Amino acid sequence: MARQSEGVGYNRPRLALHVPEPKYRPGDQVDFSHIAVPEAGAQPRPDETGPASETSPLCTDLVRVLGEDHQAHGPWDPRLAPEQLRAMLRDMALTRAFDERMYRGQRQGKTSFYMKCTGEEATSIAAAHALASDDMVFPSYRQQGILISRGYPLVEMINQIYSNRGDKLKGRQLPIMYSSRAHSFFTISGNLATQVPQAVGWAMASAIRHDSRIAATWLGEGSTAEGDFHSGMTFAAVYNAPVIFNVVNNQWAISSFSGFAGSERTSFAARAIGYGIAGLRIDGNDPLAVYAATRWAADRARSNNGPTLIEHFTYRAEGHSTSDDPSQYRSAQEREEWPLGDPINRLKQHLIALGEWSEEQHTDMDLALAEQVKAATKEAEKNGILGHGMHHPFHTMFEDVFEELPWHLEEQADQAIRERQIKWPQS
Amino acid sequence: MASVVDSDAVSLAEAPTRSLNMIEAINDALDIMLERDPDVIVMGEDVGYFGGVFRCTAGLQEKYGKTRVFDTPISECGIIGVAVGMGAYGLRPVPEIQFADYIYPGLDQLISEAARLRYRSAGEFIAPMTVRSPFGGGIFGGQTHSQSPEAIFTHVSGLKTVVPSTPHDAKGLLIAAIEDNDPVIFFEPKRIYNGPFDGYYDHPTKPWKDHPDAKVPEGYYSIPLGKARMVREGQALTVLAYGTMVHVAEAVCREKGVDAEILDLRTLVPLDIEAIEKSVEKTGRCMVVHEATRTSGFGAELAALVQERCFYHLEAPVERVTGFDTPYPHSLEWAYFPGPVRIGEALDKLLGA
Repeated sequence: MARQSEGVGYNRPRLALHVPEPKYRPGDQVDFSHIAVPEAGAQPRPDETGPASETSPLCTDLVRVLGEDHQAHGPWDPRLAPEQLRAMLRDMALTRAFDERMYRGQRQGKTSFYMKCTGEEATSIAAAHALASDDMVFPSYRQQGILISRGYPLVEMINQIYSNRGDKLKGRQLPIMYSSRAHSFFTISGNLATQVPQAVGWAMASAIRHDSRIAATWLGEGSTAEGDFHSGMTFAAVYNAPVIFNVVNNQWAISSFSGFAGSERTSFAARAIGYGIAGLRIDGNDPLAVYAATRWAADRARSNNGPTLIEHFTYRAEGHSTSDDPSQYRSAQEREEWPLGDPINRLKQHLIALGEWSEEQHTDMDLALAEQVKAATKEAEKNGILGHGMHHPFHTMFEDVFEELPWHLEEQADQAIRERQIKWPQS
Repeated sequence: MASVVDSDAVSLAEAPTRSLNMIEAINDALDIMLERDPDVIVMGEDVGYFGGVFRCTAGLQEKYGKTRVFDTPISECGIIGVAVGMGAYGLRPVPEIQFADYIYPGLDQLISEAARLRYRSAGEFIAPMTVRSPFGGGIFGGQTHSQSPEAIFTHVSGLKTVVPSTPHDAKGLLIAAIEDNDPVIFFEPKRIYNGPFDGYYDHPTKPWKDHPDAKVPEGYYSIPLGKARMVREGQALTVLAYGTMVHVAEAVCREKGVDAEILDLRTLVPLDIEAIEKSVEKTGRCMVVHEATRTSGFGAELAALVQERCFYHLEAPVERVTGFDTPYPHSLEWAYFPGPVRIGEALDKLLGA
């Protein structure tokens, strides 16, 4: 339609649509100096039981503990014992080794799909260490670190990734969409942010039952644009639900930068202010900050002081998934220029600075972890890899749609088995 | 699970009964389940202190307290999403969606989540929720308070869909739905909340009071999901209907003196295919009636099933009588509604063939 050139309103100013654009595209020189990185230890730590408004300044600040000197600073220092720091380091390194191997496995054709969490390990692993092991987690798709922290067997993870006959989920789910009730780990959905109101509902149920367990959920900054996120926030605020919302702001939602979820105007933690709940914006590559913030939020929830939104400011160092090629839409320099460093390296350097770790120990650990992953992979491969026939029996395709098989699924199961006999008469 | 079907209704006949309308019968079912099972939670917009815009939850918050029966924010996505989480915890939520027309913001949580939890987690997590929602038109509700979206749900693997047509069935089916470990969509035809509607909107509606199906046994009973009800036996044709249309079809057949066999399907998924086959094989003619829009409606599924399974018994093409493929218009709702004229015309066509 042509612009209105006469009649009512013709002399009003022209409107213009703003379409966000990231600062850097492929080939661009990257300069992240516009990202404010405050001094570690400079942020105040309000009491966990205080009013939510006390956290409002922290929603646009950045809680940091580990400084450039590799020491822990300030009131958010969780003062963890060296054994606990080493356990966190090990879980992060194991997750990275696992990601490396699974990524290669996908490239070798052993499965259809994989998603790494490189650079974001702290956001799940340090959080898992700060929660009780029976607190219920409602993860998104990049929190494999929680399962690893909770001791879920690597072989089971690989069986799931290969969709083989050992897969406890019977080959029904896309790789990495794990589920483990025994590890208080909710079944992962491929639809984004649906887990947010679910975590709130679980937390409400726990409160209805006067239980002591709380819920925690993770989602990316991109999916905070989903209605489910806002529904979940509303319900959590209304019923003071014992739940922690972890927004992992890794800057990129596939090829869309965080501006498409609203980051040009304010932080994601600041969403908490509008809902009247506690909010913290933290250095997501600082495992001690993640641990401390999670512990703060967990203590708050456990003492009936309500929900907390934590924004983990971090960077997705790799592609969205094996189906993605980030060199098509962002500058390769971003990863190296990222001002908050790498979470594994930062914790390693901290332990070394404490005199509790060494380069040699770290190298030995990495070798041992790579061996551990390799052995688990070999073990899982005995159950088959995707597309090589070692899947669950045909009939399982029709099971668990309902508790009991209705007549129409029974008929369709018969058909599937008949088709199989026609396609593979020898089997 | 204790259950009552038509064939073993004898023991029920001995139970004391009360004459209830459908709202009271639903309230009774919720009351009984809240009493019997501490996992049952009732929630939804205006269901708490006020007792629901149709009064189905009246008095329940006072009796069971604010953490078992409570109001929710106006967010159907939130209501269903929270119910999924509660089910994962081990509760048995019974959320109310105030009008079926409002259910769409909750569809992702119903279709991608509630309906898929058992499958995708290989049984580790289930969604034992019953979503109650008033549906259907005939109350001058306009296009956003009149829809019949059942076919959206019957198309989804993993959901059960139930539509009662009498106070007796509403109570027994709702109890069965709440006890069911799969997610159930429970559509309550609001035109017949207060009385069985014969399709003549200009006649005063008779209350349920003296209707035989308003005699509701006291206490606990359940009607298994997946079993149709034989409304009346006949030889001339089989009418497949549910909800409000059961009563309209029955009135038209009575009026025209047609010896119809009328099956009230009660549950659309799982469907009582045996009852349908048995009846159509006997009568050789079949008419499907629903209030929802025609194209891709549940009637299409019924017509296809009858054609696939009873073709050599059919003496005429299956007739579909449905609402038109328009939004439900406010001023012309009776022109939309598949009333006596539309049903009568289809009967003539089917029996003349």
